[in-house]
Amino acid sequence: MIEFINFYLFPALTIGSIYALGAVGISMIFGILRFAHFAHGDLMTLGTYGILAAAAILPVNPLLLIPFGMVLTIVSALLVDRLFYQPLRALPTIYTVISSFGIALVFRSLVQLIWGSENQVFSTGVKPPLVLFDTIRVSVLHLQAIVATAIIAVLLHFFLSRTRTGRSMRAVADDPELAEVSGLDTAKVVRWTWIIGAALAAIAGAFAALNTSAHPNLGWNLLLPMFAAAILGGIGKPMGAMAGGFLIGLAEELSSYHWIGDDALISPSYKTAVAFICMIALLIFRPQGLFKGRLL
Amino acid sequence: MELTGLFFYLVSLLILGGIYALLCLALNIQWGMGGLFNAGIAGFYGVGAYSSAILTTAASSRHLGGYGLPVPLGLVGAAILAGLAGWAVAKICVRLKSDYLAMASIGIAEILRLVIVNEDWLTNGSLGVSRIPRPLGDLATGRMSDVVFLGFVWLVVLLVFVASSRLYDSPWGRSLRAIRDNETSAAAAGKNIEKFRIQTFVIGCAVMGIAGGLSAHYFRFLSPTATDPLLVTFLVWVMLMAGGSGNNKGAILGALAIWTLWSVTEIFTNRLPPEWATRSSFIRMLLVGLLLQVVLQRFRAGLIPEKSPPVRFKEEGPEPDR
Repeated sequence: MIEFINFYLFPALTIGSIYALGAVGISMIFGILRFAHFAHGDLMTLGTYGILAAAAILPVNPLLLIPFGMVLTIVSALLVDRLFYQPLRALPTIYTVISSFGIALVFRSLVQLIWGSENQVFSTGVKPPLVLFDTIRVSVLHLQAIVATAIIAVLLHFFLSRTRTGRSMRAVADDPELAEVSGLDTAKVVRWTWIIGAALAAIAGAFAALNTSAHPNLGWNLLLPMFAAAILGGIGKPMGAMAGGFLIGLAEELSSYHWIGDDALISPSYKTAVAFICMIALLIFRPQGLFKGRLL
Repeated sequence: MELTGLFFYLVSLLILGGIYALLCLALNIQWGMGGLFNAGIAGFYGVGAYSSAILTTAASSRHLGGYGLPVPLGLVGAAILAGLAGWAVAKICVRLKSDYLAMASIGIAEILRLVIVNEDWLTNGSLGVSRIPRPLGDLATGRMSDVVFLGFVWLVVLLVFVASSRLYDSPWGRSLRAIRDNETSAAAAGKNIEKFRIQTFVIGCAVMGIAGGLSAHYFRFLSPTATDPLLVTFLVWVMLMAGGSGNNKGAILGALAIWTLWSVTEIFTNRLPPEWATRSSFIRMLLVGLLLQVVLQRFRAGLIPEKSPPVRFKEEGPEPDR
């Protein structure tokens, strides 16, 4: 039991936090701008490398440098939206999907061009895990990721339910035409969607890179489970996407626990497949997601 | 010597150009005619490559095989298996907004990649399948067999081109374009949208499978690391957008033009000192990514824009005044 908590539950919740933070952006962009943002994973990668670059100059805990990554992703996202997505907004949204597919490659080749394509780590050496109640051992990073995600979830909830901008965002996600004729500032809503999505992408990227290592495919490899999480939570429901992220993370990690007998239930090399199967099952049985999101 | 080198360079350029032309024609069926987004081209390509390789190689203890079928049958197998994979995705996703199909197609490509890497009994894992035969292998040996293969590839391209053009002009193709351009009115006219879309997706995936099979027979060796899946998918999209989506000639022209651009710049970048050579390949990628943006914004119609054939009425009495 303790072994299960230490080696499966905490890592699963950590992966879940990463997916949750990424999926919020995907879900909001899909809900408000109406397209699946294929460059979101690579936006995460970009943020991660921004933090790495800052870490090379400032020798402090990389978590303190996350704002550098956030600034980089926010600026890139707003710029890309302005230059590449906005001109296509009058067309069917599938053109924007194609465009974002290309932007994903642009982000990645920029990262490779500037920072090279080798694996990079933030810090070397093994940190001793935190021991709670003599039995539960959890790595400091995992705890940081889970707590940070919980705090962000609370903040996001208050932002969406209490502030004017947050409420406008939900209104646009629910019914863009109605929101527009009610006089909501759609341009501002779009801007905030990118700012929040990009900022959370940088945080997710930082935790993902700290958890393993930073490499140019880091974000792209996380894209599929993040899509699954966004669909699971219901498109346009940021809190749903958070829950979806944790559920997909748990499903992925726990599928390789030896539930029956001594072998892993599903070989760990097929972890990514679990997210995909969740996504397919959802699309067949409940495409609007668990929390009644929009079906676009 | 210099001339023969150039000649064989041209041959290899045109062989791969032909394989890309097939992929482009396939995507043109899916996207150009049907308006379906496929982000998993490399997955179907890979299925085709492995199917044809396994069906045609001699027995080996390291992977499934030993069927030793002739190459054309291997290609048929590739088409069927890739088509089946496409059918599974399409069946689930076509009733939803096209974005969902895009997400699921990436997913299936990823799963197929995992299967290819992990299932050693089937594909020999990362060590790959070797000694894949070439079609008409007895006709020529050495480098001349490349020339024979070139003919074979372009014969397939021609066949697919003719079939695809016939499809475009057929009532089936017209219904498809009607669905693409206005789903609601096509549904009102009694078209079974789901059925048409599934058929389109499956046909496209089958052709992608054939392209994959041809690439396996060309390289004679297949391993999961041979191609960057994302690059293949992406290049095909750029080719079709630049060439003219909806136009089969445009698809072929786009494939040849972008592939030539891509390979010729590679010659120059390979001459650079090593540290610059790797960097410049990223610059190339970056520029292609930006090229797609320019095409999307300014030249959406492509080099040869789509031109719908005139509607012909049967010669039965006088035409009604319209």
